[in-house]
Amino acid sequence: MTEATARKIPPDPMLPEVTRVRRRRRETHDVWTLALEAPPGTGFGPGQFNMLCLPGVGEVPISMSGDPERGGLVHTIRAVGAVSTALAGLKPGAQLGLRGPFGSTWPLAAAAGRDVVIMAGGLGLAPLRPLLYRLFARPRDYGRITLLYGTRSPDDILFERELQRWRDRAGANVLVTVDHAAGDWRGPVGVVTSLLQPGQFDPGNSIACICGPEVMMRFSIGNLIDMGLPAESIYLSMERNMKCAVGHCGHCQFGPAFVCRDGPVFRYDRVRALFGLKEF
Amino acid sequence: MSDDLKERGREGLERIVLEHPFFTTLAEHHVRLAAGCAKNVRFREGEYLLHEGDPANEFYLLREGRVALEINAPGRPGIIIQTLGPGEVVGVSWLVSPYRWTFDARALEPVRAISLDAACLRGKCESDHDLGFAMMNCFVPLLTQRLQATRLQLLDVYGRHD
Repeated sequence: MTEATARKIPPDPMLPEVTRVRRRRRETHDVWTLALEAPPGTGFGPGQFNMLCLPGVGEVPISMSGDPERGGLVHTIRAVGAVSTALAGLKPGAQLGLRGPFGSTWPLAAAAGRDVVIMAGGLGLAPLRPLLYRLFARPRDYGRITLLYGTRSPDDILFERELQRWRDRAGANVLVTVDHAAGDWRGPVGVVTSLLQPGQFDPGNSIACICGPEVMMRFSIGNLIDMGLPAESIYLSMERNMKCAVGHCGHCQFGPAFVCRDGPVFRYDRVRALFGLKEF
Repeated sequence: MSDDLKERGREGLERIVLEHPFFTTLAEHHVRLAAGCAKNVRFREGEYLLHEGDPANEFYLLREGRVALEINAPGRPGIIIQTLGPGEVVGVSWLVSPYRWTFDARALEPVRAISLDAACLRGKCESDHDLGFAMMNCFVPLLTQRLQATRLQLLDVYGRHD
């Protein structure tokens, strides 16, 4: 499913549908992936998110991390707060509430015929995975595909088998770095921007998609611009305190935009004035 | 070795130093001065290029292979804080007093590098301040870049912040 055919918000977007966990997979010591039963008519575009809830516990926005074309709803969740810990602990068959999908999508159409640079930090790889599935499904539609992924340590690397598969079968330039490692780690150690090298992409005919902590995105954007990539060719996925997910409550207001409704994927030049402002 | 061979070897070394990405901003006559302190070196996988606490007597321009910078703490295995590859430099402590290494550097794979004699180069920088300024222009951006990267790593942006 592409941005043009992403599922419409249901008639009452505030009313959760009840669904169940189909499968649960542990990714790292604190990250799990849940595959949910998809209610009829379910579809989504890469980059979109759902609101997942447990009665009496709470509701949180979680990005889709599965392949939009293969059906099913896949979410990768880090057990970090009360709600996400409860969600990550759900076993197959357990019920939960689902609203969505919500939000904007990664610009697949704009990527056609161009080099694509994807920069992911930590759990930020999860919202980018649907985009990667679609890019690698039709690699001839795009130029060179480069995935640069930085995370905390070798134990925190997500989707290792897929990273290897994309590297081996799709011929993509997939580089992973960690912030620190023990002596047995064979890969790069350093910040994700250290993976950027001249010649990886044509600055005049590329787009970049970035998702991760805002500090990481800020430095990544700075490096990409220094390498000649125009601001209007950079897309990022923002994270704010999303509650209603339909632009009513204002919790995720970001200047004139609502991250839940107008984002989470934004073109950088459209949010540049606000991006990185202190306490904003 | 005949004088002719030595001369050809020196010219080869000058060319390698001249073409190394780290010294692209250096003027050719400065590169020739620096190359006078240079020699080719190789390290086997697992071999240490330098050890924490040792005098910083030389630094390395990497040509092939990757190197891990490590810090050791009591009771835990060595922690890799950065990896470096071809085109990069191992060692900046040679430039500032007290000229001692502050980490270990271990070859992760077979490494080919140019070793530069630090005392020799410091001496040339002392007597030719233009060369000293040019070297600083090469190393200060590197120091800034590594400081910035270290700060980002210290922020632990991918960690839990609950």
